[in-house]
Amino acid sequence: MEDRSFDNREWKKGSAELLLLSLLEALPRHGYELGKLIEQRSQGALRFHAASLYPLLYRLEKRGWIQGRWVEKTGQRRRRYYRLTAPGRKVLVSQRREWQTFVQAINRITGVENA
Amino acid sequence: MPDWNEQIRKQLADLNLAPAREAEIVEELAQHAEDRFRELQSGGATETEARRIALEETGGHELLARELRAIERPAPEPVVLGAGGGGRGKFMASLAQDLRYGFRTLRKSPSFTVIGMLALALGIGANTAIFSVVNGVLLRPLGYPDPGRLMLISETTPEFSQMSVAYPNFLDWRSESRSFTDMGASRSDDFNFTGTGEPEHLSGEYVSASLFPVLGVTPFMGRSFLPQEDRHGAACAIMIGYGFWKQRLAGDPNILGRLLTLNAMSCAVVGVLPPDFRFREEAQVYVPIEQYDGGLLRTRESHPGISVFGRLKPGVTIKAAQAEIASIASVLSRHYPATNAGHGAKVVRMKDNMVSYIQPTLLLLVGAVGFVLIIACANVANLLLARSTARRREFAIRTALGAARGRIVRQLLTESVLLSLGGAAIGLLLARWGTSLVLAAAPGSLPRSGEIGIDPYVLLFTLAVSIVTGILFGLAPAFHGANANPQESLKEGARGAGGGRHRAESVFVTVEIGLAVILLAGAGLMMQSVWRLLRVDPGFNTRNILTMQVALSPKVMASPPAVRLAYEQMLGRVAAIPGIRSVALTNMVPLAGDDNEIFFWRGTGTQPPQDQTSSAMFSIVTPDYLRAMQIPLRRGRFFTDRDRLESPPVVVIDEVLARHIFAGQDPVGREFSMMVLGTVRVVGVVGHAKHWGLDSDDTAKIRDQIYFPLLQIPDRFMSSSAVGQTLLLRTGPEPLSMVSAVRAQVAGPTQDQPIYAVQTMEQTVSGSLAARRFTMLVLIVFAVTALLLAAVGIYGVMSYAVTRRTHELGIRAALGASRREIVGLVLRQGMWLAAIGIAGGLAAAFALTRLMAGLLYGVRPADPSTLAAVALLLGGIALLACYIPARRATAVDPVAALRCE
Repeated sequence: MEDRSFDNREWKKGSAELLLLSLLEALPRHGYELGKLIEQRSQGALRFHAASLYPLLYRLEKRGWIQGRWVEKTGQRRRRYYRLTAPGRKVLVSQRREWQTFVQAINRITGVENA
Repeated sequence: MPDWNEQIRKQLADLNLAPAREAEIVEELAQHAEDRFRELQSGGATETEARRIALEETGGHELLARELRAIERPAPEPVVLGAGGGGRGKFMASLAQDLRYGFRTLRKSPSFTVIGMLALALGIGANTAIFSVVNGVLLRPLGYPDPGRLMLISETTPEFSQMSVAYPNFLDWRSESRSFTDMGASRSDDFNFTGTGEPEHLSGEYVSASLFPVLGVTPFMGRSFLPQEDRHGAACAIMIGYGFWKQRLAGDPNILGRLLTLNAMSCAVVGVLPPDFRFREEAQVYVPIEQYDGGLLRTRESHPGISVFGRLKPGVTIKAAQAEIASIASVLSRHYPATNAGHGAKVVRMKDNMVSYIQPTLLLLVGAVGFVLIIACANVANLLLARSTARRREFAIRTALGAARGRIVRQLLTESVLLSLGGAAIGLLLARWGTSLVLAAAPGSLPRSGEIGIDPYVLLFTLAVSIVTGILFGLAPAFHGANANPQESLKEGARGAGGGRHRAESVFVTVEIGLAVILLAGAGLMMQSVWRLLRVDPGFNTRNILTMQVALSPKVMASPPAVRLAYEQMLGRVAAIPGIRSVALTNMVPLAGDDNEIFFWRGTGTQPPQDQTSSAMFSIVTPDYLRAMQIPLRRGRFFTDRDRLESPPVVVIDEVLARHIFAGQDPVGREFSMMVLGTVRVVGVVGHAKHWGLDSDDTAKIRDQIYFPLLQIPDRFMSSSAVGQTLLLRTGPEPLSMVSAVRAQVAGPTQDQPIYAVQTMEQTVSGSLAARRFTMLVLIVFAVTALLLAAVGIYGVMSYAVTRRTHELGIRAALGASRREIVGLVLRQGMWLAAIGIAGGLAAAFALTRLMAGLLYGVRPADPSTLAAVALLLGGIALLACYIPARRATAVDPVAALRCE
């Protein structure tokens, strides 16, 4: 299993879309970069392998929330960069709000905020 | 740089994506995999490791394909226009049609289907059973990692092509050799397990600390032995078998570190071996070899049953390893001429060593079972021929309506393959049941018998056999059916046609009978061999002898005088049991596979170089041994209670040794010398007791036998002789009825002396014939099957002939032919076929039984009386099979027969 601390498959499934959309908010990125960013910013707690990362990207693309484009940079193999579309931006805003509500609710119950 | 594209494309193959889309996904993922690969490499991973991880994360375990399947749309099926396309689809459609039709026709004639399937089930089942044996024993690799590189390394002498290894030689081989990653040694032994209730005997192995790493076995729990635990005088550490841990120690989860008492030593458990680990079938405990009695391990003279295993280094051939070990052995024999002169070393694959001796037997059975299948096929082919004749009208109509001939052949072949697949399904059940039956009937007759079973390879084999079979027996009938001339067939009406079919049928029956003759001849020869072996005089009286292993109380083991006393007291207690005629101890039981040898030489001088000494079987016994075994005394006397440590050492020799070293003179009173024990005086000569086997003893390399009194064994060898003694009893009543009384007396006042491996001598003798008995049993089953199938075959042909000739027979009867004449007419026709079959079979048997010469005893391969008996038996069966239809022929009512016209 790729996860070190705990089995967070279920958590990941719910939040993965939000993670990817958030990371694409500022600028277009390619898949490998997305995977690394998730791992770094979560300090290793979250990791996506290619086998689950790309299908997710394709799904988001199919829904029209993100759009992939092949970009060629000199001296490198071309890479596919994904950017957030306008509908994707809207989804991100609403998902982010939902997530915050959700986290607050959980915190109120589990008392994490007082800990 | 790995070719990522190719690897990833493979993952996507099943998704059937549109090519452009697939290329895009492949490119993107390949890019990712490459990035990951570089990252891992720069993080210190090796190339293979990095490559494996990158690939696994990218496509691993079909996760990618599964995820993508939910998202990506498969490409639409290509639509091919025009007449040329769709050939495959059309074929599939017509195959489906054939299958449906085949099912329906088979269902419509259930009796034909059942009989056909049963015949095929016998043939295919028998083949599956034998293949599963061959697969488990010969084909399947041993259950260790990279088993092809595991070698058995033995010592050789001019007398022996394979001999157990002297421990110091093993140590030298191990340190000198460069061909092996490492070597390990093992020695089977028995252990006395006390301290948890009843004293108990355990079978175990002394192993070098290197053995498990060499085999590539990692413990299920705990660890393997450390080198420092395999040192003389080290605290006793043991490993235990999984079965022993689960059953005897109730799977104690805290077993590691627990102390168990083995042979009065307190031993800490350091590891449990994995459940599927089979080294030698039954070992329950494993003890570092250096814990074995030090005296015998330190000398190159003794070869205490140590086997050496080595794992070849990659790239080293057996030949190279063999050359290296041989040169090390020759250096050793120059260094230690007294013990190693003439000694070499031999490297063989571990698996070959286990199974090569049984290979000829199994190949014989493969041949025999092939014959059974051919007979079954011939039978079913005959059934199909009869059916295809009956169905001529059907084919004629189909041809008339425009069916191509090939199409009809295919239809018929589909039916026959369906039939044989049905047969195979039943056969598989028969095979499962049959193999377990045979293995139960002949325990111990096959090596690796635990690995025999039905696995995917066996299933594949059965499937292949049944398809090939279906096509094979279906071909002749199919062409016969398809060749129907529509006009003639339709005109001919219900009576069916004759010529071609009749000839084919006769050929099939003749072949069946011929093959049955061969199988019966083989079975007959095996039966004769076993029967003759059972009547061989072993040189002792096998009746009413009970043998059992005994172990002494751990409390006495440390002191040789206490061991002697304990044995004497045990004999006294057992002898006092009512019904015991005589009782003795011995270290070897004839025909039981025991092996203890000693070097001896003429005269009383010091030991000459080893190539000038000879080996003899060395039995260490107590005075009543001769009386218990009823081995005849030829000259002098046997031992008495007065032959003790204090008195001069004496031996009794057998007549073979007497002839060998004292040719023509009376040996009694003469002296010769033995290794370790020095000069001994012969006090008696006894008859030779067959030791190696009822069959093989006459030709064994070592036949000389020396008996030595247990009470004269010097102190320093007492403890190694004290373990593994066999108590041998001659009883008045049935031997097995004495067991519980003997058990109670052996246990002794301290109640810690177990008995185990209880056997009557008759069981031992029959066990020594196990492999041959197994071959005989299987051949008999095949021969009887063949006989039945052949009888059914000839019966079917004759019945049909009578039906076909009803009209003719009716006319003959009307013209005044007597019943006798009509019966004779039919019998002549049938017996003519039988005679041709028998003659052909005898000729073939004459040639083929030579191949089994090595398995026979006391009977020549082409034994005339066996062949004659087989011919008579088959002739009789054929006569019976023909007589029933012949009787029916006489019942033909001439008027009715003629009216049919």
